Amino acid sequence: MTADTPALVLGGVRKRFGEFTAVDGVDLEVRRGEFITLLGPSGSGKTTTLRMIAGFLTQDEGSIRIAGEEMTRVPPYRRDVGMVFQNYALFPHMTAAQNIAFPLQMRNVGHDERRLRVAEALELVKLASFGDRYPRQLSGGQQQRIALARAIVFRPRLLLMDEPLGALDKKLREALQLEILRISRQLESTVVYVTHDQEEALVMSDRIAIFDKGQIQQLGTGEDLYERPTSVFVADFVGESNMLRGRLERDGDGMWLHRGAWRWQVDPTIAGAPGLGDGVAAALVVRPEHLRVVAIDAPKDGANGVDAAVTEVLYLGPTRKIELALPDGVAAVVRQPAGTEGDWRPGDRVRLEWSVDRAVVVPDPAGDAPVAPDTPQLEATPPDAPRPAA
Amino acid sequence: MGEAGSWRSPHRLALLALGVATVIFLVGPMLVVIPMSFTGAKILSWPPVGFSFQWYAKMLEDPQWSRGFLNSMQVATLTAIVSTILGTLAALGIVRGRFPGKGIANALILSPLIVPVIIIAIGFFAFYSITRLTGSLPGLVLAHTALAVPFVVINVGTVLRTMDRNLELAAASLGADPVRTFWRVTFPIILPGVFAGALFAFITSWDEVVVSIFMTSTRFRTLPVEMWEQVRQVVDPTVAAVATVVMVVTTTLLLFVLVARRRVPVR
Repeated sequence: MTADTPALVLGGVRKRFGEFTAVDGVDLEVRRGEFITLLGPSGSGKTTTLRMIAGFLTQDEGSIRIAGEEMTRVPPYRRDVGMVFQNYALFPHMTAAQNIAFPLQMRNVGHDERRLRVAEALELVKLASFGDRYPRQLSGGQQQRIALARAIVFRPRLLLMDEPLGALDKKLREALQLEILRISRQLESTVVYVTHDQEEALVMSDRIAIFDKGQIQQLGTGEDLYERPTSVFVADFVGESNMLRGRLERDGDGMWLHRGAWRWQVDPTIAGAPGLGDGVAAALVVRPEHLRVVAIDAPKDGANGVDAAVTEVLYLGPTRKIELALPDGVAAVVRQPAGTEGDWRPGDRVRLEWSVDRAVVVPDPAGDAPVAPDTPQLEATPPDAPRPAA
Repeated sequence: MGEAGSWRSPHRLALLALGVATVIFLVGPMLVVIPMSFTGAKILSWPPVGFSFQWYAKMLEDPQWSRGFLNSMQVATLTAIVSTILGTLAALGIVRGRFPGKGIANALILSPLIVPVIIIAIGFFAFYSITRLTGSLPGLVLAHTALAVPFVVINVGTVLRTMDRNLELAAASLGADPVRTFWRVTFPIILPGVFAGALFAFITSWDEVVVSIFMTSTRFRTLPVEMWEQVRQVVDPTVAAVATVVMVVTTTLLLFVLVARRRVPVR
């Protein structure tokens, strides 16, 4: 294997369970040392994909290559892939140290070297003095550290993690996220991590693959996904978003999104993007922090805007969250740094504005439904959805 | 739960009385044998007269009892070994395997629990007459194994079903092939169930009389068959002494089962 052979390549991987297609043509290339997260709602195919990489399931179609080697007919115990499970899966009849020694015994590592490497691994997960404990004598967080030590002690070519922090409380989860990051960077491990927690994905990953309906909807860095979503699903799933749905129309040099009697200017260069162009149904996505709230009679300086009424103003410490309703009653949400000018109160009539370069346009396959004129629809994702730390 | 005095409420007392009555009804007839074995009288009778160890002494002197005891031990031990191996493998196949006819296989394996023993006995007798296995040690062990396997399958199957499947997947991902996964991970975890199944198998054979009557000969008799013959011919209190010994062995083994059950891992 040369240095630039990808650690993992999935090509057209498909898996059906009876009538249900769990994974529907997944392509993915993971570089060596990369931390990649498969993120998606439950039933989106991310765990099935991980289990196929581990070899617990065999794909119906497509190929899986680890370090350039075709894995389809290789059983899990010859794939040299470490796996961490949500429920830890520590062997209850073995001590922590015996659990960690297990993969070394399976590889016929000699007694002395085994002891040394077990001690190192325990040290790495900061549980050096816990080797003699049985799993039932350890807390959930400690058990997961031991499971991690067991999965890395034999230096696998890939480290797979299936919602490893799903059973832990928030505080412990955040501490362990950083711990896993530290260890995987120190060992330069290639990690494929499955989670449904987008905050976790944003914190940990070099790149994130957003799964839905058995397919990767978008692959990119957290910033790519948040700032430049390419589909309604991703815009909706990652972070909070306000969405205006309509139809793209070219007008002279400009490109506009039409919605009934309203139209908003968009970046004309998007016309070349896949699924976008003159006459196409599309949605305009604006993140809550990119919307400005101005007085309804403020002079329009050419920016895009829509009328709204304030319904709620929430003080959240460093930020302020303003909830609004558009003329047709649809909710919108704005987030401002605390100290932003303007003292809005529920009931105030305002205008929401955004600059053209802050709006992302994505194809909207469901956007063909006829709409009543004069009812711009600004939809908001659930306001409670976690947003990136950035 | 309730207050300190609540167990004394009329409902609770009635329930307690019913429970005690049920236990006496179930266990009492068996326990009656114990005082009878210490009787000073010459015939098997109730109530016992006086107190003596003479029937235990007679039991030890008489070679047919010690022969029967050793025969039963031998048959029960071999039955436990054979049915534990077969039953554990069957449980693995039924719980873990995916093959057509699995439900039928399971039903057939468990059928000796449902089919009347006398029918099984007649069937074995007919079959063994053809194959000339009647009256032999292997013949009786095989017949008892058929009766004991369901207990092993049930005990091992229960533990296998509660065992976390991910443990085996984890072992595989760590480099253990299926054989090593079984011996290093699966087997230690299901061991309490295997142990309980083995003890049940032993007990099943140890006190089995119906099939044994058909399968033994005057040259080779197990202890329960010997007891049956004795009770029919001479009503001698020695049989009560033997019965007491049989019960002590069975009860001790059942206590082991209870201890083993408590050691089954929770997860």
